[in-house]
Amino acid sequence: MSETREIRDRELRGRDLGTVRFRGGGFEPAGRRWASWLAFAAIILLWQAASSVGLLSPVAMPSPLAVVNALHDLAASGKLGNHLGQSLYRIGLGWLIGTAAGLAIGLAMGIFSVARAIGIPVTAALFPIPKIALLPLFILWFGIGEPSKVATIALGVFFPTVISAYSAVDNVPRNLIRMGQSFGVPAPAIVAKIVLPGAMPGILAGFRISSSIALILVVAAEMIGAEYGIGAFILAAGNLMQTDQLVAGVVMLSLLGLAISLVLGRIERRVLRWR
Amino acid sequence: MQLAVQNISHRYGDLQVLDDVSFTLRAGETFALIGPSGCGKSTLLGIMGGLLRPAAGAVAASGAPPLGCLNPFTYVFQDFALLPWRSVAGNVALALEHHPLGAAERQARIGEVLALCGLADFAQAYPKQLSGGMRQRVGIARAIAVRPAVLLMDEPLSALDAQTRDLLIEDLIAIWARERTTSVYVTHNLVEALRLADRVGVLSRRPGRLIRVIEIGIPREARARTEHAGEMARLHDALWASIKHDAQVAEREMQHV
Repeated sequence: MSETREIRDRELRGRDLGTVRFRGGGFEPAGRRWASWLAFAAIILLWQAASSVGLLSPVAMPSPLAVVNALHDLAASGKLGNHLGQSLYRIGLGWLIGTAAGLAIGLAMGIFSVARAIGIPVTAALFPIPKIALLPLFILWFGIGEPSKVATIALGVFFPTVISAYSAVDNVPRNLIRMGQSFGVPAPAIVAKIVLPGAMPGILAGFRISSSIALILVVAAEMIGAEYGIGAFILAAGNLMQTDQLVAGVVMLSLLGLAISLVLGRIERRVLRWR
Repeated sequence: MQLAVQNISHRYGDLQVLDDVSFTLRAGETFALIGPSGCGKSTLLGIMGGLLRPAAGAVAASGAPPLGCLNPFTYVFQDFALLPWRSVAGNVALALEHHPLGAAERQARIGEVLALCGLADFAQAYPKQLSGGMRQRVGIARAIAVRPAVLLMDEPLSALDAQTRDLLIEDLIAIWARERTTSVYVTHNLVEALRLADRVGVLSRRPGRLIRVIEIGIPREARARTEHAGEMARLHDALWASIKHDAQVAEREMQHV
């Protein structure tokens, strides 16, 4: 054993090291736009090809062209606008109510000890409940119409907003607040000029989470009881086995989600320019 | 304005950090506080400006603050404490906004201190665009914009590299020569203390006691000259001798966190 080792040591010593070989690089994923678009186009082409040669039955999975046709017809008949408008209205109102209440409570929990002492256990107990489970209760309270759906979305948005707001306030560097105090800045101005802007990154990150929750909840609520709305439309299409319509509805949801994240991205870039 | 530190003691829980510290700041002087790490220098500074409540003792101010003073006890922080979402001018403005100044006077003050600190061309820049030295210049500009009675500086240069530190020391000497603000300068760097201070107070290791106060007779502007090199070296050695043992012990101490 020691003999083989000696031989190996001699070989290692004997070798000329030569030019230093480059061994860094890699592990730095960068934007490659063309790759994203190419992959996207490839998936759709593959899907269309599979449908055209009959690998996918049109009843089980419509072709991309059929989906585009369905979308076109829906848009032409005005039904698309109707469904989309209803869903957007519910998301918008529910999200606004939930966010306004969540920010107020969350900021209070970030600033005042008593609010935090009350808020944390209450949030911990109520946050894990899937809010859609409360829709039947809200229907009993508010009736089958809009308020029960909006209330479900608002409640679903409320808790994650509370959590992101108070942890965002916690993440504001204490030394900046001390600095404000050392210059005699009044407490309300410290909140407005130091705490709020400092908490903005965390609050905006929370908006991304709460907006996706709103999207999930609006579909679920509309599937339980609504005449119009994308969720109701998808459910009805499924019941009639109109899969082209169904997938068209799903594509609309995807586009809606993309649009929301695009808008939030714009807002983040504008508000957090200083980062 | 005079500031008298009277029998200050302080503790964090069971940990005594300051023990019966007393001294009086003379109007217009720069008083450096040195001592080993953890001796309570920064705590003492926090108490002097009212950011910390001492366990015992008090700080008494006497005499009128200077004309146009908006914030008598004003800090310059080790980590600069700039708002990253405000421009250089905006950061200085923060210290003025809650005072009843006209817009014109506020702008005038901002322009004046930015020029004094060599920041005139950077008024619209954001902190992240600036080097450490320029950031601390913003911190200094913000502090002198309120015309403080006492400037409380908490290791203002210790986050900077050695060259930047030397440049800022020269800036500070120039600013003090003009403003003559009473200042307390906390540092663990003997060279900084000797270049900047009129008097140097030495704190012992925890619990911090004021063990000696050394007066530096040479004017600040002349200290770098060769004819004073011997005297400066003697002062340096004397200061080092008085803190070396404590610094050694402090370095070996377990952290109380």
